[in-house]
Amino acid sequence: MTSPPPGPGPGPVRTYYGRPVLKRPVWKWYIPAYFFTGGIAAGSALLAAGGRVTGDDRLARRCLVASSAAVATSGVLLVADLGRPERFLNMLRVAKVTSPMSVGTWLLSAFGTATAAATVSELTGRGRRTGRVAEAVAALLAPAMATYTAVLVADTAVPAWHDARHELPFVFAGGAAASAGALAVLMVPESAAARRLAVGGAAVELAAAEVLERRLGEVGEAYHRGRAGTLKRLATAAGGTGGTLLAVAGRRRRAPQVAGALLVLVGAAAERFAVFEAGVESAIDPAFTVGPQSHRLAAESLAR
Amino acid sequence: MTEASSTRVGFFTDTSICIGCKACEVACKEWNGVPSALQADGGFEFLGQSYDNTGELGADSWRHVAFIEQKGPAERADGDGGFRWLMSSDVCKHCTSAACLDVCPTGSLVRTEFGTVVVQEDICNGCGYCIPACPFGVIDQRRGDGRAWKCTMCYDRLRGGLEPACATACPTKSIQFGPLDELRTRAASRVDTLRAAGVVDARLYGADPDDGVDGMSAFFLLLDDPEVYGLPPDPVVTTRDLPSMWRSAAAAAGALAVGVAAAFVGRGRR
Repeated sequence: MTSPPPGPGPGPVRTYYGRPVLKRPVWKWYIPAYFFTGGIAAGSALLAAGGRVTGDDRLARRCLVASSAAVATSGVLLVADLGRPERFLNMLRVAKVTSPMSVGTWLLSAFGTATAAATVSELTGRGRRTGRVAEAVAALLAPAMATYTAVLVADTAVPAWHDARHELPFVFAGGAAASAGALAVLMVPESAAARRLAVGGAAVELAAAEVLERRLGEVGEAYHRGRAGTLKRLATAAGGTGGTLLAVAGRRRRAPQVAGALLVLVGAAAERFAVFEAGVESAIDPAFTVGPQSHRLAAESLAR
Repeated sequence: MTEASSTRVGFFTDTSICIGCKACEVACKEWNGVPSALQADGGFEFLGQSYDNTGELGADSWRHVAFIEQKGPAERADGDGGFRWLMSSDVCKHCTSAACLDVCPTGSLVRTEFGTVVVQEDICNGCGYCIPACPFGVIDQRRGDGRAWKCTMCYDRLRGGLEPACATACPTKSIQFGPLDELRTRAASRVDTLRAAGVVDARLYGADPDDGVDGMSAFFLLLDDPEVYGLPPDPVVTTRDLPSMWRSAAAAAGALAVGVAAAFVGRGRR
């Protein structure tokens, strides 16, 4: 314990035997995987609504099915991650606005119900009017579905998540648009809207991630290290290449379309896992907790 | 706060008189039936960190005595040839603004009539949200159990009119239990006494109701920077920023809706 006290700028920090101050998040891979599937569910519900409004019933139908499948997968992932999966219904015993997870549980329940109802109606041809209403409800809830997960991770003491609270919603919204758009390109190759959404979403996702890292300063380092860094580079390369391929492929050339769409999907998934791993990295290294906090205190005492 | 403030109780842990006996750790485990903090392989681990083999607070360690061996400059020497030993018994802070409680989606974490924060284990479903929310790294998931566990400030003993086990067992009164207001007054005068006696580094940690967690029910008298003891220098309850987080999310959500609409505009091009 002879390391020097922290200076006003980045430098060595004093710690207790180098042990973490924060606990390592116990969430398993299910959680970043859910961020990905939840984004696809949300983006697909929006694409379905867009298809319906513009008379593209084929797009609407396929995106509805995709949304239902993604939301069902999401539910399985979330329950599987619980320490006591058999108690998942305890999530519904309260509604708490101070808990993004509680808000998200209710949101996911409503969204999932609406999407499922709309899909059943679409596939069976029964209850058309109810189905259309459910479709609209799903589309209205979808933007919140795509972004609340960013608030969920930001509302923690984990430096790489909390400090990124203003950029993460845009990263996640961009990722939702990109992945849903890319999936729709695979299902409905002729849809220009799907292609545009994939390209635009990927661009927003990568731009927001770039802003995030620049603004985070010393904490941004967590996004470059270890597994987070590897996933980050994969996300940038795959998302960038995929988006470019989709943009130049147009509606006719199928091979680059498929390759582009797959790359965008890989990029969006990698981005969520990168964000997750960066958070873990910043939680287990005490420098990310002690450094910024003691610099903040030093700055405050200088100001007084 | 209403009536509860009159009965709010807490711990004042005066680390300047801690002798590192770990009676608090043992008493806590005994009373609360807290299992051994076994490693993944089922064995114990010797940490090689002075006398500390507990390491940190967690699901199976609700009191943790830190041992810090310092070889400092001569003016730091308390007559021991430039060497000093810091010992401190850490515990859940039972924050006034508790992030673990705020983010708990099941309502398992609650505020008690004593102003403390307690997990109701019959409700916890092991979602794990409280764990990264805690700015002190106190609460954790118990291996093989799946639920989150932490110090209850011996809620059952308080209900029965007893003091918490750790404070009762502490042989030097390093751990003092009582009404929070009284403890804060006592702690302030203790710091004054120490400083007047030449212990210039003595300072209180967590006693200020205007800090980032609006004050802690368990606060400390430290002899060095908090991070030396493994404590965060300036902890902030994450939910303080929640309104601005939702605003950013709403902006992003709006942008997504507009973006999808824009993707459908000008169909037929290309």
